[in-house]
Amino acid sequence: MSESIQERTTDIVDEFDMFEDWMDKYDHIISLGKELPLIDEQHKVDDNLIKGCQSRVWLHADYDGQNVTFTADSDAIITKGIIALMVRVLSGQSPEAIVNADLSFVDEIGLKDHLSPTRANGLVSMIKQMKFYALAYQSK
Amino acid sequence: MENTISFDINDIRKQFPVLSREVNGKPLVYMDNGATTHKPKAMTDAITDYYERINSNVHRGVHHLSQQATDAFEVTREKLRAHINAEHAREVIFTKGTTDSINTVAWSFGELVKPRDEVIISTLEHHSNIVPWQMMCERKGATLKVIPMDDRGVLDLEAYQTLLTEKTVLVAFNHISNALGTINPVKKMTKMAHEVGAAVMIDGAQSMPHLKVDVRDLDVDFYAISAHKMYGPTGIGALYGKEEWLNKLPPYQGGGEMIATVTFEKTTYADLPHKFEAGTPHIEGVIAWAASLDWLNAIGMENITHYEAELLEYGTKALSEVDGMTIHGTAPQKSALFSFNIEGLHPYDVGTLLDQLGIAVRTGHHCTQPLMNRLNVPGTIRASMGLYNTKEEIDTLVAGLNRVIPMLK
Ligand SMILES: Cc1ncc(COP(=O)(O)O)c(C=O)c1O
Repeated sequence: MSESIQERTTDIVDEFDMFEDWMDKYDHIISLGKELPLIDEQHKVDDNLIKGCQSRVWLHADYDGQNVTFTADSDAIITKGIIALMVRVLSGQSPEAIVNADLSFVDEIGLKDHLSPTRANGLVSMIKQMKFYALAYQSK
Repeated sequence: MENTISFDINDIRKQFPVLSREVNGKPLVYMDNGATTHKPKAMTDAITDYYERINSNVHRGVHHLSQQATDAFEVTREKLRAHINAEHAREVIFTKGTTDSINTVAWSFGELVKPRDEVIISTLEHHSNIVPWQMMCERKGATLKVIPMDDRGVLDLEAYQTLLTEKTVLVAFNHISNALGTINPVKKMTKMAHEVGAAVMIDGAQSMPHLKVDVRDLDVDFYAISAHKMYGPTGIGALYGKEEWLNKLPPYQGGGEMIATVTFEKTTYADLPHKFEAGTPHIEGVIAWAASLDWLNAIGMENITHYEAELLEYGTKALSEVDGMTIHGTAPQKSALFSFNIEGLHPYDVGTLLDQLGIAVRTGHHCTQPLMNRLNVPGTIRASMGLYNTKEEIDTLVAGLNRVIPMLK
């Protein structure tokens, strides 16, 4: 998991290019959601809930002094798949890389257009929260 | 005008241009009529006609256009009066919609409320028939009580009877529940409230598109209506109030239109209905609403109720066969609305995938969080029918569910 954010997002864009139909893309998102490593139950607390999502989303971050590791969960599987994408891109990266990450891949794969406004807002909140953690570790 | 058009569903659908569009590459199946209905061409034509031919402020000008606008505006009031069988047109107040109508009564009626008075609402209420009463009770030191319901979504009338006391000043509940489709026994519950001297306010947002409403037969004191849920324009609605009550209540908002005379020392208020209509109203909305009313009456409310009952029966049967299905809301008196959950699945996921198939449903708590808590679910998937929905569309919904459920499992 040492590739750069850039490399990881390029992989994701290529992956999504393989599917033409949005039902297939959603199918892919759902399987990513099912594969998302489980969050430690102790982190599934209200303090870790992200505001602005219609489904519940928990996000936890750890920092080993070099890289940030994210774990997350949601009660909705599509949301979980979207989280899985974000975790795949940002987890294991340095705080600097996360803060400066270009996440335009979300638009490139057409995801934003296919999310309802509330879900799109939820995605924005999720990205904000991930960057917020990174920013906090950066200033440590 | 009654019953002059036969109920030809293809003919009806043709009058809604939006119904022939595609969403995500699939023909649109619109089943979110509880949130808002689509509009017949006759209504949108009336809006255009108003702006192209009339467009003037009402109740003000000496000039011809203003007179025409005023006449057309008042025609709607009369048509709405007839539609709900109110006694006088002045008992029909134009508002922004159901929420605004409820807030008007909650504020104005609230001025007559004393500490320790009691207001009763029901478990089935939309937030807009909860929060204004909470605010009023907080402001006046009054107490809010809630009628419980059973697992089918039927209100417990015995419990209601015990809540009604000489302290009760007002009872507010919906005619039809937006989340479960329950049709409440308004006439009976109103009679019970009147026996202890309480006034009754009905949230009619969901009943107006589906039923013939007769406010005099129901004997309700206030009835709230949204035009946009009954094939009319957004941003406009009405409050029916018995004249006796409306005369007793202080005006809700001050401004132009609602005054008789103004000096810096004292203002006297206009007579009904203007006392409750401060400011320039939603003129084109009011005028175009008449086109929706004519259109509904040409089809006939009874025919609509009858057709939608068929959709309810057909849909209930078809959906019951879907894997893992729980239908929430199984009241014997019910409108054509399906609120459901699929075992193990989040409503939001199901709704998102149905949308990819062109099927528009609503997911979530439907602005009824206390009701969702009572049902012990985070939310439901709601497919709410309008008079243009068909059995084939219900088949499409069922086929859609059968496709997306295995994907999500
Ligand atoms: C039962 C019920 N009451 C009140 C409302 C509020 O209506 P409006 O938003 O038109 O004021 C709605 C609309 O969703 C409703 O379904």
